[in-house]
Amino acid sequence: MWKFLLPFAAFVALVVLFALGLNPNRDIHALPSPLIGKPAPEFALTDVMDASKVVSNATLKGQVYVLNVWGTWCVACRQEHEALLEIAQQHVVPIIGLDYMDERDKAKQWLTQLGNPYNAVAFDTDGRTAIDWGVYGAPETYLVDGKGRVIFKFISPMTADVWQHEFLPRITAARRSGA
Amino acid sequence: MTAPHARIWPVGIALLLAALSAFAQTDAARSLDANGQLQDPGLQLRFENITKELRCLVCQNESIADSNVELASDLRRQVREMLIAGQSDDAIFKFMTDRYGEFVRFGPPLEAKTLLIWGAPFIALLLGAIIIYRVARNRSRMPLDE
Repeated sequence: MWKFLLPFAAFVALVVLFALGLNPNRDIHALPSPLIGKPAPEFALTDVMDASKVVSNATLKGQVYVLNVWGTWCVACRQEHEALLEIAQQHVVPIIGLDYMDERDKAKQWLTQLGNPYNAVAFDTDGRTAIDWGVYGAPETYLVDGKGRVIFKFISPMTADVWQHEFLPRITAARRSGA
Repeated sequence: MTAPHARIWPVGIALLLAALSAFAQTDAARSLDANGQLQDPGLQLRFENITKELRCLVCQNESIADSNVELASDLRRQVREMLIAGQSDDAIFKFMTDRYGEFVRFGPPLEAKTLLIWGAPFIALLLGAIIIYRVARNRSRMPLDE
């Protein structure tokens, strides 16, 4: 009895393991953020468009907002740009940009030529804010609730579909729960 | 003649502060030698051990000590600054795992959820021992001649 049952159980276990491990929808490089449910790290950086202005998320307390990490060197950011412009048109939440490992002039040019979906763009000169947020690439998009907690992190180019299915329901839920 | 003095005072203080901060900067710079190594050999050794134990999240199989990507160099700077500031190894690892998760460490800590990872080699060893024992016992029962 055991002679047949044991190999069979091992076989089933392997099938389950492979089904989970080889799932094509799973991004093996996407890492869960330890920031989820924790207070969003605060930052006060210069505005990419105007170095004399300060962009800080402290002024956004009480509001649900999106933080999108990008850079002109990032090909996938160019790819998601159209989607961000469309999302910005809906005026659901403020979208704050974090320009990461970039040059100010290039970033300005990018925003003037392609359009600016951001309410404000913070210029992370030395990557310290990115480290605080656990950024390890771009684009990365974070959702922060009204209590100032990070509630979601999306690693990959933003699309209308992702916005519809991953972000909007969470924004509605956060607002309904008063957060 | 009091008014000009009153105006000069803040300038003097500002100059003094500027000089002090310049000193502070050279002091921080002094803790690195020409090769960019920490001058204190003890700190440099800790720096090397910590950066070897931290994963570069861009390349994922390289440590931040080996990786050339910008994030790795930013994280090395962070480790260096924390060492100079006198922080413990544990505090530095906590700083990293708070931001990047346990995955940033090559060696996972021994806790309830990592028990399977640490226990797997022993489980495999035990399974092997059981198999060898059973095979040996079955063979010893076999008749010696065919």
